[in-house]
Amino acid sequence: MPDLLSPQEWQALALSLKVAFWATVISLPFGILTAWALARRRFWGHGLLNGLVHLPLILPPVVTGYLLLLTFGRKGPVGAWLESWFGIVLAFRWTGAVLAAAVMAFPLMVRAIRLAFEAVDPKLEQAAGTLGAPPPWVFLTVTLPLILPGLIAGAILCFAKAMGEFGATITFVAAIPGQTQTLPSAIYAFLQVPGGDASALRLVVVSVAVALGALALSEWLAQRVAARIGGRIGGRDA
Amino acid sequence: MLEVTFRHAFPGLALDVCFNAPPGITVLFGRSGSGKTTIVNAVAGLLAPDQGRIAVQGRRLFDSAVRLNLPPHLRRAPYVFQEARLFPHLTVRQNLTYGRWFTRAITPDFAAIVEMLGIGPLLARRPAALSGGEKQRVALGRALLAGPEILLMDEPLAALDEARKAEILPYIERLRDAGGPPVLYVTHALTEVARLATTLVVVENGVTIAHGPAQDLLSDPAHAPQLGLRDAGSILSARLVAQEADGLSRLETAAGPLWLPQVHAPLGSALRIRIAAQDVILSRQAPQGLSALNILPATVSALRLGGGPGALVQLALGGEHLLVRLTRRSAEALALEPGAQVFAIVKSVAVAQSDIFSPTPQAPHDAEP
Repeated sequence: MPDLLSPQEWQALALSLKVAFWATVISLPFGILTAWALARRRFWGHGLLNGLVHLPLILPPVVTGYLLLLTFGRKGPVGAWLESWFGIVLAFRWTGAVLAAAVMAFPLMVRAIRLAFEAVDPKLEQAAGTLGAPPPWVFLTVTLPLILPGLIAGAILCFAKAMGEFGATITFVAAIPGQTQTLPSAIYAFLQVPGGDASALRLVVVSVAVALGALALSEWLAQRVAARIGGRIGGRDA
Repeated sequence: MLEVTFRHAFPGLALDVCFNAPPGITVLFGRSGSGKTTIVNAVAGLLAPDQGRIAVQGRRLFDSAVRLNLPPHLRRAPYVFQEARLFPHLTVRQNLTYGRWFTRAITPDFAAIVEMLGIGPLLARRPAALSGGEKQRVALGRALLAGPEILLMDEPLAALDEARKAEILPYIERLRDAGGPPVLYVTHALTEVARLATTLVVVENGVTIAHGPAQDLLSDPAHAPQLGLRDAGSILSARLVAQEADGLSRLETAAGPLWLPQVHAPLGSALRIRIAAQDVILSRQAPQGLSALNILPATVSALRLGGGPGALVQLALGGEHLLVRLTRRSAEALALEPGAQVFAIVKSVAVAQSDIFSPTPQAPHDAEP
């Protein structure tokens, strides 16, 4: 098995999986909160928040990466603060790659979850309230289970996007092998050296496999959840 | 005891609501768009009125004077909606027990409710696999198991066909007759009023224009036009005393004996009989050689001549009232006026099986101040 890929290729794959995993896990709570606010609340700055969330989708990734560097770099306002108070450094570290991937994937995640929120009938939540459930319980026992398919779709999209993120990542954290060289930047690097085509091609195959695997997993989960909600389990009477 | 007094202004509809109701089923009756649902929403806490006071059994749920507005989950007022609103991701059993997590009150016995509603075989299913009538029964059970201080029902039968309605109505009656929680029930169907209501509240354009014991309001000529002339009718209390050989049943009423096509109930049962105002004929003399079996002596207690060719007459027989709809011309020809002695003729077959209802305990309306 290990012979299939060289150590550097393995490293790139493992790093990408790690970055994508953490990017998904960390953005999930924020994604739920943002999607909920955008779907269910009308507040001052609603349009602004919506625009801000979608910004990484429309900006050139290099611009997003550079803005991250300006903000979260060691001399940036947030970056300097994080380092002096918590000793956390993001620039040119794998944690920075997580941030870049999360920011780039965030709009996709929020869109999927927001659609799910909008599909939940608020009347069900009202009914739960009149049955005595306090709002946090209504959220946990009614809303959350009903948005689960959207939540899964959003998480998988986020994961896939994070696996493939290139522009913002390479701008913010460069492509240091073993540190910040993710799958796409490794493919790019292999293509720059003579004789690297084979390595690049192997990583391309791996990328395609991971993406397809994620898609299949999301389909399977979504079907299971839909079957549960749609009640296709158990018979229908005449 | 349910006390509801509030005002609320919507663009296009100003609500002015005021009624008290004793235990039993209080029916809010009115056209669609008259504001009935808004009234129930205010009791549920889904709407905060501009000003007013809402209390159930002495417990204040809303009082603008002291800025009290309990959130829905603290009101103990579970709501049965027109669409059942069952949780699609939970089984019937989980739906039924949902409200029990949140109440410290002694909730009714799960097995007893399941038995009463006949939903035992459905417990493992999900709502998507239920019929409309089954869904509504589960929704009713879910509300009951939440330990209600008052039960709110907004046209729970409106989305069902006649057969499904007939399937649910007995459960609601049983609830009322078993001394269940007070119910606030919205409908625009007069048959449901006649069958279920202990107290009737008539709503027109957001204003509660009349409220009181259902039997009194239904037989009051002054209110008949608001209730709908076509379906006007009054309710007589009766007791089933004999099943006769020719297939008729003999009932005893305060007004005298009444023969109806066979009533399927145990001998001695107290019944509620709805008699449509247009199915009664009046005569000044005791009629002779008439095919109708039911001839009840009565006194005219009220008379209302409409603007058109119609007239409404309220008769007093024993302690009960009967509403009669006839033409103005007939009323004048018979020289009807309050105090006049008449005979009311009711054709046996005019009373449909669906107009004969199961027992109703007399509501303690006299307790009202």
